[in-house]
Amino acid sequence: MTPVIDVTDATFSYGETVAVDDVSLRVDPGEFLGLIGPNGSGKTTLLHLMLGLSEPDSGTVSLFGEPAHEFTAGERIGYVGQRAADRGDAMPVTVRETVLMGRFAHAGRARLTDRDREIAAEAMRTVDVDGLADRRVSALSGGQRQRAFIARALASEADVLALDEPTVGIDANSRDRFYDLLDELNAGGMTIVLIEHDIGVLTKHVDTVACINVELYHHGDTVSFLESDALADAYGRSSGIIEHDHP
Amino acid sequence: MSEEHDHDGGHSHDHGDSHDRDDVRDDGHDNGDGHGDGHDNGDDRGRDDVRGTDRTTDGGSGDGIAGDGGDVTAAAAGADVDAFETPGGGRSLREIVELVGVGLVAALAVGMLAFLALDWLRDAPGATGALAGSWFAGFLVLGEWADFYLGTNVFRHPFVWRAAATGVLIGIVGPIVGAFLVHRQMALIGETLAHTAFAGVAFGMLFIAFGAGLAGGAVAAFGSGGTLLLVALVVSAASAIGLQWLVDRTDSYGDVPIAIVLTGSFAVGTLVISWSREFVAIAIDIEDFLFGSLAIVTATGARLVAVLTVVVVALVVYNYKQFLFITFDERAAHVARLNVDRYNALLIVMTATVVVGAMQILGVILVAGLLVIPVAAASQVARSFRETLYLSVLVGQLAVLGGLAVSIGASLPPGGSIIVIAIGAYLAAVVVSDRDASLSMH
Repeated sequence: MTPVIDVTDATFSYGETVAVDDVSLRVDPGEFLGLIGPNGSGKTTLLHLMLGLSEPDSGTVSLFGEPAHEFTAGERIGYVGQRAADRGDAMPVTVRETVLMGRFAHAGRARLTDRDREIAAEAMRTVDVDGLADRRVSALSGGQRQRAFIARALASEADVLALDEPTVGIDANSRDRFYDLLDELNAGGMTIVLIEHDIGVLTKHVDTVACINVELYHHGDTVSFLESDALADAYGRSSGIIEHDHP
Repeated sequence: MSEEHDHDGGHSHDHGDSHDRDDVRDDGHDNGDGHGDGHDNGDDRGRDDVRGTDRTTDGGSGDGIAGDGGDVTAAAAGADVDAFETPGGGRSLREIVELVGVGLVAALAVGMLAFLALDWLRDAPGATGALAGSWFAGFLVLGEWADFYLGTNVFRHPFVWRAAATGVLIGIVGPIVGAFLVHRQMALIGETLAHTAFAGVAFGMLFIAFGAGLAGGAVAAFGSGGTLLLVALVVSAASAIGLQWLVDRTDSYGDVPIAIVLTGSFAVGTLVISWSREFVAIAIDIEDFLFGSLAIVTATGARLVAVLTVVVVALVVYNYKQFLFITFDERAAHVARLNVDRYNALLIVMTATVVVGAMQILGVILVAGLLVIPVAAASQVARSFRETLYLSVLVGQLAVLGGLAVSIGASLPPGGSIIVIAIGAYLAAVVVSDRDASLSMH
């Protein structure tokens, strides 16, 4: 089975600073991987390497069996960034227009077809934003907005969904609902790579945890991660875990 | 939280009518379960968008702007209360008005392009030239009748027609390009390119003075004013590429290097112009380039604007999806493998050409206003990005036509007149809109 993402000994530096050092990991189809680490630990850089947005200085990254930065089938990848990453606050774009963007990689320069619009409508129904289709994105709550971006990824008929701290600044209820949605999608076969800083949330939903601080401290299932010292090693001895009991 | 009853039933703008150029129709339907068709965001041939009508129901009660404290509730299916819906179903009054407005603007643009084409063709040899000449004279006769009714002595003169034609066309392309700039903090880029264009005018004067044969040929072909404009175009487009490179390296559009280019190019321009005035016998009043002037619009300048209007509109229509996606969420667009660098470069070069064309009427100092203000006005009230584009073209046209009228009637500079009216439209939009005025568009 070809892994969706295969990172082998990847190293990447910004000038003098090493952001990712000799990291190897694999993401299999249908896996739900969580990436965790302190600020500045290279999580986002690693994700960008995985998605082929940048090329490693050494080592290899393959995406669906091809070198990631040469991968051209952009419609197979869905991406949801942090809440502030898009221009939705100022730009008068509707939810429907946003979700339809997921079809652009398929359509290229051609007109969008009825089929495209049906797929977008179905995607909006799946994440339950169809009632908001003609609202401006700026008029949504944070949770709704991020769900709309998932709809965009679904409209793209993506095989892998990459999320970079998608629930920053979003209230707890919306966040739970968001992750329940991710669980559903994963149960349906979607491969998911999630960067998340909230360990409790992460461990509740993902299959595998990769703990990174420039180097990879742990890559394995959630249980073994919690039992290991990886977190302490990655974050430094002075850190600790505060337990939240979410109902 | 306040309850806001949603009257409009939501509109996505996918209009069904086509104009002569397009033969594609697309009527969207509300298929009854509350979901209508989505946008036609695809490519459209010709100048006008193909539009299909679309009406979606957005259920009964919904909150207004929601904070992060919870979801906006909107029942999926529900009675649609659309106060404006016409009995025949389909379009609301609002959409009809916008459609008609954009159609009128398109018709006006076609008329102006026809005038400029005739202006060019009447110098052609043989029957073509003669025919073009007689139609051209027909336009001027219209002007004479306008003068007759208005008691003026203005519209019978070709230069006024050229200026008006230029104004109409930049009133279309300025907002169109601006729509993609404004939301990315690139309004400053428009201003910067205007200043580099000014430096370009200065270099144009040097070129005319010292360019020997090549310059002589250019002046013979394009006139001295036209030559200045063409050199400005080259300088501005080159600066655009350089600016894009700079922006890529600094990862910001509003940064110090850009401020340096902006002020530096203007400074160089003023120095070169002052110095070269002693060598160059051109009757160029620099004030005209700074503040805009109807008289400075040469035949070449007007033709430049005509060509760039057609090219820019075609490029935007053809690449609408790409520009939209990259403007809205550049990283996601990059993930989807859109060539972000190429589209950014294209956008910025289009901006450079629009700025040089519009500089004639608006002047270097105010030209960025036509890129920004109509879009800002439209964003206040528009319900989708597509509607924003249509409305900003309408506002742009309103500002240009009104500004030209004021300028001609009261002998005031056209640039200031146009911008003041545009700002008036923006303030009106703020008052009319039911959302907070967002002065920051970042």
